[in-house]
Amino acid sequence: MANSTIAAGDTPVVTRRRKVVSRRRRRVQDALVAYSFIAPNFLGFAVFTLGPILFAFVLAFMHWDGSNAMTFAGLDNFWRLFEDKAFIDAFWNTIIYTVVSVPATLACALGLAILLNQKILGRDFFRTAMFFPYVASLVAVAVVWNMIFNPEMGPVNMLLYTLGLDPKDMPGWAADRHWAMVTVILFGVWKSMGYFMVIYLAGLQGINSELYEAADLDGANAWQKFLYVTVPQLGPTTFFVTVMLTIQSFKVFDQIYMITQGGPGTSTLVLVYHIYNEAFVSWDLGYSSMIALVLFFLVLGITVIQFRRQKED
Amino acid sequence: MRIAGQKLTGKLAAIYVTVILITIIMLLPFAWMLSASLKLSSEVFVFPIEWIPSNPQWQNYVDIWTKIPLALFIYNTSKLTIIVTLMQLFTSSFAAYAFAKLDFPYKNALFLGYIATIAMPWQVYMVPQFLLMREFGLNNTHLALICLQAFTAFGVFLMRQFYMSIPTELCEAARIDGMNEYQIWAKIMLPLSKPALSTLTIFTFVTTWNDFLGPMIYLTKTELKTIQIGLRMFISQYSAEYGLIMAASVVALIPVLIVFLSLQRFFVEGVASSGLKG
Repeated sequence: MANSTIAAGDTPVVTRRRKVVSRRRRRVQDALVAYSFIAPNFLGFAVFTLGPILFAFVLAFMHWDGSNAMTFAGLDNFWRLFEDKAFIDAFWNTIIYTVVSVPATLACALGLAILLNQKILGRDFFRTAMFFPYVASLVAVAVVWNMIFNPEMGPVNMLLYTLGLDPKDMPGWAADRHWAMVTVILFGVWKSMGYFMVIYLAGLQGINSELYEAADLDGANAWQKFLYVTVPQLGPTTFFVTVMLTIQSFKVFDQIYMITQGGPGTSTLVLVYHIYNEAFVSWDLGYSSMIALVLFFLVLGITVIQFRRQKED
Repeated sequence: MRIAGQKLTGKLAAIYVTVILITIIMLLPFAWMLSASLKLSSEVFVFPIEWIPSNPQWQNYVDIWTKIPLALFIYNTSKLTIIVTLMQLFTSSFAAYAFAKLDFPYKNALFLGYIATIAMPWQVYMVPQFLLMREFGLNNTHLALICLQAFTAFGVFLMRQFYMSIPTELCEAARIDGMNEYQIWAKIMLPLSKPALSTLTIFTFVTTWNDFLGPMIYLTKTELKTIQIGLRMFISQYSAEYGLIMAASVVALIPVLIVFLSLQRFFVEGVASSGLKG
């Protein structure tokens, strides 16, 4: 205001007002231009993502079969979780899948990255080859996996047989309660380690080579350099990879649907599979949304830990 | 002896042996698939494995087109993938320009809305999303899958991160030259953002082409199915026709292989950069 009284001294009031109006119009116009950039994406995003997310939170506290009237369920769906044996199995199977496949994938990805960070001939080819399973169509490779690990005729068991393993002790892979989870985890590690290898490669290239030179001067051997230079320097990358892998493992579905269908029994039933069954097989939409909320809070927990860690760094 | 300008030491030899062994293990399932696709179903499980079939059944690759509407599945998938990828590229880069280079009310709040959903697994809201689409009458249409995949927070985030690295002075200079914002986006930002656009193209292409759960929920009519669920249907219908199943699997892999190989340089860079910033 003080500025405008000073300005009033040397500019006629009318032009000044016109200027203010045109500036405001200009600002509105700028905002409209900006909104026009956002609108195509935001409208789709709001309707098809934000809306359903909000609806999911409501649905979890409802009873609904999708055709009759929706009724309020209060906490019914929540208490049901504790009595639903399939849910409890699915929950623990998801945790087991995560606890085993995350470190396994991480170790393989790091190992591959270190190997393929060396100056070797055909390095790009090798990197591409390791990455390819990640982009390959899941249905196609899962069928192959089922055939290779076929308990009666598959080449893996045939090889074990040739090596002298008794047919009675042969793992039944996807058809065997005790081996089904192993089969699914092996598949997951094989399919996604190439992707995380690439992230690790980027991390390795970010390490200052002077650190290795200094370690050389101190007479460190390769193992010591790995332990005291590479591993600590890759800390942020490892953390990021762990978070990504954990979230990915919580969401696992496709490969289980293709390889074991959650079985035998409930031995490979996981959360997303249970959500799918409750929603699209039993049409118990409220309860399936409650399971989805469990998944949501698991993922949210991991994300919050990630943010805390990043702040500390 | 020297390889790649290095003396062949014991250590280097060990590295080569390890790398080659791992590569073979990684690619073995694909080799097996290819080999089995040229065999009679009765020969597929013969052990020891005959890697190069002595009597290749090229007929398998002819039969799959008539046993299932494979061509239709490929057409459906290509159509969906191309539309989704184009829409994703357009809407994401368009929105990202505003978030990176323009000022407007509620910018941060809107951007936060995007960020907050990046970590939200689709599986959490797939059921309400399905119910919504059904309400719109989109069940059993391709439009449902397009709406589901074309507007992602990830795309906006990826493009915005890239645009942030382009100097704002370029936009200001263009404004002085009399360009409007749409021209700046089209003539300056887009040509400069090829690496980010390629990354987004590959990510979107691969996810849409390989999507399984989405089409499985939405598409129950055979004539609408994509290659993934079509292949799955084929497997359950002809579970013993191993040779044919493998041939169809090879066909389903080819488009992704082509896109991946032609854009892989960008892909690796994209994974590395977006991965670390994520």
